[in-house]
Order: sequence, then C-alpha cells, then structure tokens
Amino acid sequence: MKNLKMSIAAMLLLTLSFTNAQEKEKMNMDHSKMNMDGMKMNMDKMQDAKAEAILSDYFVLKEALVADDTKKAAQTSAKLAASLKAIDKSNYTADEQKELADIIADATEHAEHIAKSPIEHQREHFKMLSKDITDMVAITGTKNTLYQQFCPMYDGGSNWLSESSDVKNPYYGSKMPTCGKVIETIEK
Amino acid sequence: MKIVKIIGLFLLVTLVGIQFFPTSRNQSDTIPRTDFMLVNDVPEQIKNKLQVSCYDCHSNNTAYPWYNKVQPVAWLLENHVKEGRAELNFNEWDSLSSRRKASKLKSIISQIENDEMPLASYTLIHSDAVFSETEKQDIIKFLTELKNK
Repeated sequence: MKNLKMSIAAMLLLTLSFTNAQEKEKMNMDHSKMNMDGMKMNMDKMQDAKAEAILSDYFVLKEALVADDTKKAAQTSAKLAASLKAIDKSNYTADEQKELADIIADATEHAEHIAKSPIEHQREHFKMLSKDITDMVAITGTKNTLYQQFCPMYDGGSNWLSESSDVKNPYYGSKMPTCGKVIETIEK
Repeated sequence: MKIVKIIGLFLLVTLVGIQFFPTSRNQSDTIPRTDFMLVNDVPEQIKNKLQVSCYDCHSNNTAYPWYNKVQPVAWLLENHVKEGRAELNFNEWDSLSSRRKASKLKSIISQIENDEMPLASYTLIHSDAVFSETEKQDIIKFLTELKNK
C-alpha cells in the first residue's frame, strides 16, 4: 500500500515537472549553441581543418555502417552533427557560402536522424548525407585523395565516399561487403 | 481505506489544477504562398489525403479535437504538433532549397512506406487518416515523381 502511494505521488510529480523540464532543456540547448559560437571565433583561421573534421567523422560513420554497428554509427553521427555546425564559411565566395549553408543544413538533419534511428534508416539517410558531403568537398577540397564509390544495387544505385580505393559497402555491410566500384577519384 | 480517499482527492485536485495551465494553439487563417499544394500540381485525391492525414501536425493550422481543451491531452498534442512542424511544415515547403526538398521527400516517402506516418497514436482517433494500400501506392508514386523531377 505504501509503495502504491509512493508511486502515485511520484507519477503526479513527474507529470507536473514535465513541462518545466522541457523548458529547461531548451535553455540548455541555447547554452551549448552559444559555446559553439565561441569556439568558432577562436578557430577562424583553420578553415580546412573544419572541413577535414567533418570528413573524418563521415568516414568513421561509414566504417560503422560497413561493420553493421548501429550504436557506433549513432554516436559518430552526433559528433558529425556538431562538426557540421562548426564549419566556417567566411573564406568562400557569397555563392559558395550559400551553397555550403544549404549543404550543411541538409547534412546536419541527416546526421541527427542517423543518431537516433535503426540501421535501415541510418543507411537511407547516409545515402543523402553522402551526396551532401560530396558536394561539400567540391567546394572545400580535401587534403587526402578520396574515392567516390557506387553500389548499383542499393536503392536504385547509391554513392558514397571512401579514403581508400578498396570497396567496403556501407549500405549492405556484412551481407555484401564488396559490392560496388570506384567511379571517381577526387584528387587533393 | 482512508489513504485511498486521500489519494483520490489528491488526484482530483491535481487533475482540476492542471486545467489552468495554458497551451499555445497552432491555428492560422491564411495559407502562405509557399504551401506544398500551391506550388506543386497535386491531384485532388492526394490533396485531400495530405490535408486529412498530415496537415494537422505538419502545417500552421491544426484542426483540434474537442478534447484538446482538456489537460493533460492538450500538452501531449501541443508537443506532437510542435515536433511535427519542426520536422516538416507543408505550409513553408517552397522556402526549402531543392536539396532540402529532395531530402524531405525521401523521408516522407520512406515513412509512409514503412507505416511510420501517420503516427499510430493519431490514426487511433483519426481513422480517416489511415492510408489504404492503394492510397499509399498512389501517394508514394506521386511523391517519387516529384522527387525525381
């Protein structure tokens, strides 16, 4: 009886604090955004490093999908979303900045979805994310040679980027690890 | 048994109490020029279906049920609508770039395909929001064509 009483009281408290907690969460998020802006200012002159950080997260994500590792893919995507937001566009032309802003907004949304989805969804979003990252590299360039690879079987044909010319398929993982081929080499 | 009475009374007081918490309502008289239906050539049938099945949470105008006046239902709905609109707002469709439109369409298609949308908690009450198998195929075909345009 005592237990029941306690749990009912706890539930009521929970309900009441629900809206309150959500408000607080919002405030916390604003706060972390502010911190990010601060970081951005300190790192103004490291433009390439910012794009490289995005690429490096992307490749960790790709490897996680190759390994069918949903959890790691989710964690990396959360990191990728942060790296995407930290990009500095100031060294680019107005047109490039506009394009980059669009790419980053889109890629961030995909990264955020990958961070909270089962593996099939992660792969669906990874396809669109790969297009975004490829378009980003077309603007920012890369310090390493990259390979655009293509799997004809997944979703009517799908691309991704790799640091190595060896094919390791992120869309099928262990089911079809080597399905695909290099379709373009992106020189540094 | 006294304790049961006390708990009962407490519950009643809380239930009445929370009725005084206000919620913001998602309602608007105008349809912006950026609306999905205005900028795309949408067949009448699909238009109706989108309106009934999607627009309550994915536009600036929700057709609220009567029980939205009762807490804690209103809170639940308020959050659903807020989240839904943040994810996708059909009223503001044309303000998206073509890249974002393609991404949104892709997500819409896969969610309808996998029966993730409309939400089960929504169709539980709005039985007319459910997609029949034919409606599903029609709408996916239409959206896929739009995406590949």
